[in-house]
Amino acid sequence: MNSVQGAAPTSDLTSASYHDDHLLHRLYALQQQFQHIPASSIGALAAELCLPLAQVEAVIDFYSFFHRTARGRVDLLFSNCTSCGDLSLMHDLCQRLGVVPEQTRADGAVSIGEASCIGMCDQGPALLANGRTLTQLTPLRLEQIAERIEASTPIEQWPAEWFHVHDNVRKNGLLLGTTFSTGSALVAALEKGAQTMLDEIIASGLRGRGGAGFSTGMKWKFCREATGDAHYVVCNADEGEPGTFKDRILLSSHAHAVFEGMTLCGYVIGAKKGYMYLRGEYRYMLPELLAVLERRRKLKLLGTAILGQSDFDFEIEIIVGAGAYICGEESALIESMEQKGGVPRVRPPFPVTQGFLAQPTVVNNVETLAAAAHIAVHGGGWFNAHGSDKSDGSKILSVSGDCTTPGVYEYPFGTSIQRILDDCGAEHVQAIQVGGPSGTLIAPAEFERKLAFEDLATGGSFMIYGAQRDLLHVIQNFAHFFAHESCGFCTPCRVGTTLLKNGVDKIATGHGTQYDVDELRRMAALVKRRSHCGLGQTAPNPILDLLQRFPQAFEDRLVHSDFEPHFDLDKSLQEARRLTHRDDAEAHL
Amino acid sequence: MSKTIKIDGVDVPFEDGQTIMDAALAADIYIPHLCHKPGLSPHGSCKLCTVDVDGRAVSSCTMPASEGQQIANNTPALKEVRKTIIQMLFIEGNHLCPSCEKTGDCTLQALAYHHDMLDGHFPQFYPRRNVDASHPTLIIDRDRCILCELCVRASREVDGKNVFAIAGRGIKRQLIVNSPSGKLADSDIETEDLASHICPVGAILIKDHGYEVPIGRRTFDLHSIAETDLEQVILKKTVHHDA
Repeated sequence: MNSVQGAAPTSDLTSASYHDDHLLHRLYALQQQFQHIPASSIGALAAELCLPLAQVEAVIDFYSFFHRTARGRVDLLFSNCTSCGDLSLMHDLCQRLGVVPEQTRADGAVSIGEASCIGMCDQGPALLANGRTLTQLTPLRLEQIAERIEASTPIEQWPAEWFHVHDNVRKNGLLLGTTFSTGSALVAALEKGAQTMLDEIIASGLRGRGGAGFSTGMKWKFCREATGDAHYVVCNADEGEPGTFKDRILLSSHAHAVFEGMTLCGYVIGAKKGYMYLRGEYRYMLPELLAVLERRRKLKLLGTAILGQSDFDFEIEIIVGAGAYICGEESALIESMEQKGGVPRVRPPFPVTQGFLAQPTVVNNVETLAAAAHIAVHGGGWFNAHGSDKSDGSKILSVSGDCTTPGVYEYPFGTSIQRILDDCGAEHVQAIQVGGPSGTLIAPAEFERKLAFEDLATGGSFMIYGAQRDLLHVIQNFAHFFAHESCGFCTPCRVGTTLLKNGVDKIATGHGTQYDVDELRRMAALVKRRSHCGLGQTAPNPILDLLQRFPQAFEDRLVHSDFEPHFDLDKSLQEARRLTHRDDAEAHL
Repeated sequence: MSKTIKIDGVDVPFEDGQTIMDAALAADIYIPHLCHKPGLSPHGSCKLCTVDVDGRAVSSCTMPASEGQQIANNTPALKEVRKTIIQMLFIEGNHLCPSCEKTGDCTLQALAYHHDMLDGHFPQFYPRRNVDASHPTLIIDRDRCILCELCVRASREVDGKNVFAIAGRGIKRQLIVNSPSGKLADSDIETEDLASHICPVGAILIKDHGYEVPIGRRTFDLHSIAETDLEQVILKKTVHHDA
């Protein structure tokens, strides 16, 4: 435990696996204590952490959960995801408490705002209260919350059951249905040796579960062969794609398998240090994850001389993010680990040769690492006996939206979309967003398509939209999401996602013409093809998919004239009317 | 026999370690660029140097050249893409060329000329951005900043300082100064630093020097941005300005 005393408060978590000398952790502690990052604390913090002032300033402004001005003593962030968000509840609560969204109430007691998907899509509507997760919100619950805020009851004294997060596992498969015996993968690894274990992972056909689908074994092989002062394993637990929550279950109920997968990878590639990058929205799991690591240390499955093997040392540290979807991109995640804003790096070089601290680094998804641990025990053949031709094994899905039983479902690759809809009780389905906003929007004609890398790939998100949903509104939500989450590094994405957002807004509010649709299509193509990283390259997908599959959703809203201006002339006179205290007919157009 | 890549059908030799941009510049082939300057580490953020390599879009300033690459550069389609990117850079900031001291010497403006850009096309964003006039000899006008990070890199890589950084996310990204007050006056920047002169637009200007070269006789009034040996011309000129 780092015990440096400094300008900023340190956390009360004492663990060998959570370090107070990480900028993100110190800023979190400041935000918790003062409801913002006081300008007066920044200089001392930068000096203490030996970081340039500007780097600290830049980081504060990059992450959504850090603020320059004080939020309320209770800071509520409603998810704005189409599955776990309900902004009408937010507006009701704002009205009840006399709060303007994103503005702290004058007495400092409360502030209310929005957050991108917080990963509670199976039990929404949900919000974060000072970073803690509240699910299954109802008008009654919000009334109770309002009462406690007005009574100045600290969040720590709110009923514990309000903060309960359910696993909601609906269907077990290859991974979730197979009991993992703690330590078994490492025992197997030590028996077989690193090279044989690597061959086993390659032979299994395991591909990255984050969505990109790169061969896990080959990634490990490239990293193992790369030279460097040190090698690192990184577990990407920054599950931010709206509609995805399957890693939440793996972390809450299968953490041993995940950590063991990391340790196994360390053994294979010759790394002595691993990091789990946990999304800030999942911070509530941190104490339990640290406890699991402590148990593993006691079991000699972590630390020095693992399982008595004198040359097998491996430590795991957890770094918690602070609200930035882009940090799910592996090189942005590494930047964030290095205490910077999450801006994706230029590639090549890839992380396997130059990753964390410019050293060879494997970045794997939570599910990938859990799968690797199982493969170490049961063998590659056990794994690839399941799945489709080009996609071996199973996929854990986060099913949400308009269905009777949202939750976690595990299927072998090759399963049809219709089968999944039948299992989760989805009827009168209008469309499904497979793989989240960055994935593919499909129409009923495609429900016989298969879940597979070669057909419909997904990192785990599966959002169902029933007949009553306004699909243009859904796509508008996604356009806002990407504009909010773009890191801003490259021109096409920085400016383009905002232009796309404005374009969809214009059409959705009934001011768009065919010209605006054509413009949207042209900008979408440019952003998709010319952006720096996966965020920009996929951000236009929902718009392009909707244009292709549901052109009527746009057509229905269009004004049938050649041109409509982007601004409303009468509305733009509002300020003049206010200044002149006029609201008579002649002051309007 | 040296290795070659093909740019618009022309064989271009390259050495290992060179990017497509390096090879093109050495062969006097112009690939439009804004955030790239030889001598500083490549950045790949403006995306004006986007080219199609075997059908795939890449930034030529960061993509290593490799044997046999078939590169499309000066095509009508890419010219249209680049023009749109330039328009995006114009409308996200507040660029008023006629009243800007950098007019005629501005790379963004020159690129717009080169791509026959006649207007910003998109609705203006009209962002509110701060001016920093605190420094005795330098001024930052963020209205014109295009986030190319040339000043950031020049300060770190050439001047051996760390005066600038980019803060914030997405459309709110902005140039900040690494000093206790966040003001340029409190930083260790000096007028002679490369970072003081490298701005391709009018976001960082030298004070007390205005309109010494009449409009009509400035760099891009006399030269096209497509002249590949211009980098030195532009740098010398700005140095000369405050000599």
